[in-house]
Amino acid sequence: MSAGSNEGLSRRGFLAISAATLGGVMLAPGIRLIEIAAARAPDQPASGKVRWGLLIDTNKCEPGCDDCVTACATENGIKSTGHPRTDSQWIRKVELKDMRSGRTHSLPVMCQHCAEPPCVDVCPTGASFKRADGIVLVDRHICIGCRYCIMACPYKARSFVHQEISDQNPDVPRGKGCVEGCTLCVHRVDRNQQPACVEACTKAGHNAMIFGDLNDPHSEIAQRVAKYASTQIRADLRLDPGVHYQGL
Amino acid sequence: MSLRGLLRFAACLALALPALAFASGRTPKPEIIIANPGHCVEPTEIMRRNHPQMLLHQRDLTVHEGIRTSKYSLKGCVQCHASKTTGSVLGEKGFCQSCHAYAGVTLDCFECHASKAKLAGATP
Amino acid sequence: MAESLAYRQLSGPPARFWALLAALAVPLALGAAAYFYMEHNGHIVTGMDNQIVWGMPHVFAVFMIVAASGALNVASTASVFGKTAYKPIAPLSALLAVSLLVGGLTVLVLDLGRSDRLIVAMTHYNFKSIFTLNVFLYNGFIIFCAAYLWTMLERRMNRYAKAVGMGAFIWRLMLTTGTGSIFGFLVARQAYDTAILAPMFVVYSFAYGTAIFILLLLAACRWDGQPIADALLARLKNLLGVFVAASLYFVTVYHLTKLYMTRYDDLERFILVDGGVYTLLFWVGQVLLGGILPLILLFHPRTPRRGIVAACALVVLGGLAQMYVTIIGGQAYPQILFPGMIESSSFFDGVIHPYTPSLPEVLLGLGGMALAASIVAVALRALALLPARLDQVAGSQA
Repeated sequence: MSAGSNEGLSRRGFLAISAATLGGVMLAPGIRLIEIAAARAPDQPASGKVRWGLLIDTNKCEPGCDDCVTACATENGIKSTGHPRTDSQWIRKVELKDMRSGRTHSLPVMCQHCAEPPCVDVCPTGASFKRADGIVLVDRHICIGCRYCIMACPYKARSFVHQEISDQNPDVPRGKGCVEGCTLCVHRVDRNQQPACVEACTKAGHNAMIFGDLNDPHSEIAQRVAKYASTQIRADLRLDPGVHYQGL
Repeated sequence: MSLRGLLRFAACLALALPALAFASGRTPKPEIIIANPGHCVEPTEIMRRNHPQMLLHQRDLTVHEGIRTSKYSLKGCVQCHASKTTGSVLGEKGFCQSCHAYAGVTLDCFECHASKAKLAGATP
Repeated sequence: MAESLAYRQLSGPPARFWALLAALAVPLALGAAAYFYMEHNGHIVTGMDNQIVWGMPHVFAVFMIVAASGALNVASTASVFGKTAYKPIAPLSALLAVSLLVGGLTVLVLDLGRSDRLIVAMTHYNFKSIFTLNVFLYNGFIIFCAAYLWTMLERRMNRYAKAVGMGAFIWRLMLTTGTGSIFGFLVARQAYDTAILAPMFVVYSFAYGTAIFILLLLAACRWDGQPIADALLARLKNLLGVFVAASLYFVTVYHLTKLYMTRYDDLERFILVDGGVYTLLFWVGQVLLGGILPLILLFHPRTPRRGIVAACALVVLGGLAQMYVTIIGGQAYPQILFPGMIESSSFFDGVIHPYTPSLPEVLLGLGGMALAASIVAVALRALALLPARLDQVAGSQA
């Protein structure tokens, strides 16, 4: 870190990084929650060297459990208005049954944070964009609400806000007339925390979700993806989603 | 009084009012309540003129690059300037709305952004 | 034939013209009211939701935008392909093209979630987006049509008419290709994801635009009691017939393509067999009323003028049905995330999505049509765009 970039770094921010670094060191090597290398000060931009991703183990995902969905709603201030067809869903539990074998799966589906996101391709204003670290976001300041990205997303990952919203979470601005979707809890990632869904899954003892840097060969997620068979949804489209599934 | 007289009186009054107001220092001004008096991130004169540019600049840095310094963040503004009574920067006497309403400038931020300060003790 | 290229304004007593504008003001006002209602409450008051995100406004808007480029056919045929018979009515064709485009775009823009941010759409561009491309294609089309009108009507500019007309013709082909590609390039949905949608939309545009043009021409002449040569009308109706037949051909090829690939079997079953309103609109609306019946009327040797009017109206209705099936039917069929699996979720994975058009959406769409009609009416009254005589056809060759 250069001396110049230190300017905006507050004492609290410094302490937070120290804590994150410590946390990384304290855990067993290879099973660090947040990689030390990825820990980032508030004044540093997201790095292109990082590719954030999720690994979801469907064998560990409990059918009927929706702790991840609830945690997402709490974290991002998503409340039901009693209109399920127009309410936003950033993450949902999908129940699957194989038509031939009858085998069942339960798994969460959210924005897959593609490396080649169709939503970014089709967005006329550039409001849909992919951050340097692979997180796909909507810049609500320039979203005109055309919904072309919803048409283009193969994962049904985006929602359109149909009504006025009040009492937002200060970290998660949301409002009528714009498109939104899972941000991978970017506001938490930026302060070196895990997405709320992953935290809730771990807390519930399922450990079905792992968050980490796919580009870091030492991260747990990269090691698991390298070691065990995993798939991506609609891999045939070759969009290279950042969300991987194991056990499907 | 005839209708014409009434109108003439009203017209005279309307013309005279600004002069009267200026003479007596009664120009209507927005009531700006500073919830936490002290030092803003920049001197008042700079804040009054340049806060939109600061917010715009910070907004692009935060959304697109993930830079989340608190100095020029809207969240920081709200946190400090929210009214002690309503907890918000909106409302008739809210810090943002009182002035924007006076100047007749659209205040679009809070269609999406929280207008209330986060209460101490709430989960981070 | 120099005298046949004299132009005139829409005549008739002012009261009659004002009555026409007053009649058009009703759907215009209702459309505006619908817009403010939707803008104020959000899209919750429409039939659209997070599964059917493009609804009735898009059916009207895309129909009008597609028809707009087709409305230029007559002018193109006159200038580019040298059919002098169409020269007198070429300016009317260009005017209709611009008006329909403006009407369609207005509906599209007023349906945006943040229509107040239109300036953003004009200042921020993502050049990989087909929408962005279309912003330029639409604006360019309006400029081309305006320039084209100028070269046709200003005698000193006449010599450029052919060149500008050629430019406008190529541009309108690109425009409709762009409109078709909005859907064609969507890999996410089974009903789209095929390049045939682009040429298919071009052929639809020929049919829709020509049908609306014939209706407008007959209406304008009837307004003034101006006779039209049967020969001219016969040529126009035959042109429309060819376009309607070509549309049916493309619809057939589109469905054969999808039917041939096993993974689309369920989608085809949905549209063609058990899709309820979509199946009905496809077979009865699009194919029978919008295709076969007009073909019979247009190619029957003894069809009266009223029959031609009916055929044109049917093509328009069939076109709207077509757009409904393509846009809404294509979204109603679920997106398959996990082939071979039965999916269920709180977000309606794996099920057919219902959609009921709401009144505000329909009023907004009709308002756009009324806007296009109003522009045509005012322009015809204010500018000399109608041919002075249409009772004899120039250029004996078809």
